[in-house]
Amino acid sequence: MAEAFTKSMARNIFYGGSAFFFLLFLALTFDTMGQLPNRDNRAALEGELGPVIAQGKALWENNDCIGCHTLLGEGAYFAPELGNVYKRFGNSTDAIKGFILSRPKDGIPGRRSMPQFNFNDEELTALAEFLKYVSEINTAGWPPNIQG
Amino acid sequence: MKYQSQSVAKLYFIAAIALFAAQILFGLIMGLQYVVGDFLFPEIPFNVARMVHTNTLIVWMLMAFMGAAYYLVPEEAETELFAPWLATLMFWIFLVAAGLTVAGYLLVPYATLAELTMNELWPTMGREFLEQPTITKLGIVIVALAFLFNIGMTILKGRKTVVNLVMLLGLVGLAVFFLFAFYNPTNVVMDKFFWWWTVHLWVEGVWELILGAILAFVLIKTTGVDREVIEKWLYIIIAMTLITGIIGTGHHFFWIGTPEYWQWWGSIFSAMEPIPFFMMTVFAFNMVNKRRREHPNKVAILWALGTAVMAFLGAGVWGFLHTLSPVNYYTHGTQITAAHGHMAFYGAYVMINLTIISYAMPLLRGRNAANPPKSQILEMWAFWLMTVSMVFITLFLTGAGILQAYLQRMGENPQSFMAVQDQIALFYWLREIAGVVFLIGLVLYIASFFVGQKDPEAVAAD
Ligand code: HEM
Ligand code: HEM
Ligand SMILES: [Fe+2]
Repeated sequence: MAEAFTKSMARNIFYGGSAFFFLLFLALTFDTMGQLPNRDNRAALEGELGPVIAQGKALWENNDCIGCHTLLGEGAYFAPELGNVYKRFGNSTDAIKGFILSRPKDGIPGRRSMPQFNFNDEELTALAEFLKYVSEINTAGWPPNIQG
Repeated sequence: MKYQSQSVAKLYFIAAIALFAAQILFGLIMGLQYVVGDFLFPEIPFNVARMVHTNTLIVWMLMAFMGAAYYLVPEEAETELFAPWLATLMFWIFLVAAGLTVAGYLLVPYATLAELTMNELWPTMGREFLEQPTITKLGIVIVALAFLFNIGMTILKGRKTVVNLVMLLGLVGLAVFFLFAFYNPTNVVMDKFFWWWTVHLWVEGVWELILGAILAFVLIKTTGVDREVIEKWLYIIIAMTLITGIIGTGHHFFWIGTPEYWQWWGSIFSAMEPIPFFMMTVFAFNMVNKRRREHPNKVAILWALGTAVMAFLGAGVWGFLHTLSPVNYYTHGTQITAAHGHMAFYGAYVMINLTIISYAMPLLRGRNAANPPKSQILEMWAFWLMTVSMVFITLFLTGAGILQAYLQRMGENPQSFMAVQDQIALFYWLREIAGVVFLIGLVLYIASFFVGQKDPEAVAAD
């Protein structure tokens, strides 16, 4: 690199640039937080079913569903997207409950299978309500189609 | 090795390599489960294998970063480590915590582990890469604090170099951004938004500072190029990293409920993220070409150059491939993501860690500069086997991903996820074969620590 460009100039670009863009990132974050209430379906969380959805999210996490599935495109790529499963299953929480409930204990020979988690009805409802809540988040039109 | 206390690095490096082996074993298990769905079901479900694969990866990265710091910080600061005993103690705490956590994943159902560790008191589990029980996360914070204290005090009492300063900044950033792992609201959008503050700001932010510092250190040592030149490069590279990479976080905010303007901010800034990786490649080759000495540790230089090339390919090229929002709309969460994740992690962070291990281990084992030729040649074989097979893993997953995006998300009759997976099984078989070659490379790598060790060590041919 040219001699006119000194190490201390490089250092100043590093500190100045990083600080500037970090502050810009904070400003954008602040703006995003202001806009989220209109997009993130928090009405569902604040409504009557709020505690049920919260229980559903806890079950989602405690069983590491994200270790096989994606949720809004993030997670593992071994099993289908679940951010829109409520819609894929015909806007039916019962269909979701039925599916989870009916997984064979020993799997399906030769195929990728979902474990049988032995959830009770209350837990199944919580999970289904959680997935319904996620499906109603405004995701800017993603996924491209119902297959997720 | 110039300072006695540097020797603590050896423990960290050995543990890192052992965890690396575990990581690859579980990768192969998963790779088989991709095509033989009921393999080890229900004993080791896919999600458990995945946790082991990714968490051992993260822990061995941290182990190796710490080992690197314990090695290079005293040498740069020209003083003994502030408290070597603390470094040893933290090593054992970290290793035991990691071991117990992995044992927990494998021995009891995950929900039971959550219960046993009282996750409900402060729920942080069950999110990708952050599956560790909350108590393990707290352990990581304690280890990190003790580590930073030790390294910080060493730097304070010694010579202050740019390499040390950048290394410290990177490590402090690593600890700070990990704290977002403790924030887990019920609101899924907020959860995801701040999850990326740990994950993205690690690999495309502060970890790159660590990468740059280690690379600069090894190049100073092996090429003899003037420190001033190398330090100037280092500053420019990390400046570009943070200038592009911080706002570049936006490439994860396209479709998770965040406002549409992130499609602009994220696409534009992350499209520039390859620049610092490209500069790193130019930097490394330039320094080696301008070398003022022939260092006998040829294989360490090979790893350093390999890092520079593969990080650019994996992070730069494969990252760019899917980072523009109109492309990401179709590739988001497909095998394209997995392809990029593999080559980027391998090319940048696995390889830089193997670079410093390759440079430092012979010295830690009491040699003057390098391993005997036989050992180095075997390590070079390992380098090529692992690197080439990772290129193939990436290519096969990219093939799978393109077909997946096409069959499932484009065209007239989009098909279901599982139907598409059946049709692209061939690519998964090929990936698994490449994975076996990777494992062979790893076995040779480990063998290189034992082969020909009684021979006289390599000397420079100048
Ligand atoms: C023998 C070679 C390997 C095989 C067969 C393998 C296989 C896999 C599989 C099947 C997954 C899960 C994908 C999914 O979620 O559906 C995965 C994830 C992952 N692996 Fe590997 N792996 C191997 C080596 C490696 C290496 C060497 C690294 C690191 C350098 C690595 C890093 C990762 C990462 C970061 C993820 C998470 C990816 C993401 O979320 O996009 N793997 N691996
Ligand atoms: C060494 C640096 C990097 C590493 C280790 C890395 C690793 C990863 C991993 C593991 C993921 C998957 C995360 C998940 O499981 O959800 C990912 C996603 C992604 N990366 Fe990187 N990355 C790096 C650099 C880059 C760069 C420089 C770019 C852009 C030029 C980039 C673009 C992306 C994009 C767009 C995604 C999201 C993919 C999706 O929508 O599914 N990455 N990266
Ligand atoms: Fe990223």
